[in-house]
Amino acid sequence: MATSTTEAVAGAAPEHGEKIIDPIHQFQIHKIIDLGPFSLTNSGLWAIIAVVCVTLLFLLAPKQLIPSRLQSAAESIYEFIHNMTEEVLHENARTYFPFVLTLFTFILFCNVLGLIPYSFTVTSHIIVTLALALVVFIGATIIGFIRNGFGYLKLFVPSGVPIYLLPLVVIIEIVSYFIRPMSLSIRLFANMMAGHMMLKVMGGFVVMLGVAAGWLPLIAMVGLYGLELLVAALQAYVFALLTCMYLSDAMHVDH
Amino acid sequence: MEVDAAKMIGAGIAAVALGGAGIGIGHIFGNYLAGALRNPAAAAGQRGTLFLGFAFAEATGLIGFAVAMLILYG
Repeated sequence: MATSTTEAVAGAAPEHGEKIIDPIHQFQIHKIIDLGPFSLTNSGLWAIIAVVCVTLLFLLAPKQLIPSRLQSAAESIYEFIHNMTEEVLHENARTYFPFVLTLFTFILFCNVLGLIPYSFTVTSHIIVTLALALVVFIGATIIGFIRNGFGYLKLFVPSGVPIYLLPLVVIIEIVSYFIRPMSLSIRLFANMMAGHMMLKVMGGFVVMLGVAAGWLPLIAMVGLYGLELLVAALQAYVFALLTCMYLSDAMHVDH
Repeated sequence: MEVDAAKMIGAGIAAVALGGAGIGIGHIFGNYLAGALRNPAAAAGQRGTLFLGFAFAEATGLIGFAVAMLILYG
């Protein structure tokens, strides 16, 4: 089986021309339906597919006492995020659970759908992840000011710091607060982009080695693909967890 | 210096970041294992934290990898 797959990959190689490894090509956005500024791009198409998949998963999952596989999948995602919000947000968990679940499932499905060959990873573009991160950041900041008034600024003044160190600590706290959307978006985008480029580069090595020697690295590729699946789920989890933590900061300034 | 040669050198230097990520991931899993062997009962509860730390450490290295790839092919 390994050999036939290698042949298929090698057979497809000449289409790319001289340069077999071109890891950037897969991230190009092109229009599918041209409508001027409202054009449907491949990025938009895969975002829509992700939303449809999430919706279908939660709508089609049967509600039986003995769960089917689909129901187990839907329920374990639900329970996982439910436990996470309970752990981090405590009494406010019910308020923000729908938002965190939506965010998690959307990012998870974008990441995992991007692993399908010839598909497009929506989250591999920084504009998408930055938009998601800014929603979280601005939302959490507004909630913080609504809940605590100007007491929210206490977040920048940690208690128990010696007075002569306080100006420095406050500056560091402010910088680290405003760097949050950057780190949140760059983490997701860099993981997705680097992961897909790595798969493409390593896949290119398999093609270069050909049928004779390519099957051994092909097995390594399967392992690498498994790692990328782990990273796809993990990054969605990290994004959701950090969202919870930022919301928790907005709730309880004193801690 | 030729631009192509400088690109290759730059990409190589950017890839050094992956070494740091390797050290970080090794620390995280090594310390988790050491802690888990001391107190196996508490190990399962900290698996989420383990993977969170793994994701943080890996992300820094991957940014270096992405920079290397952008220099080479971007």
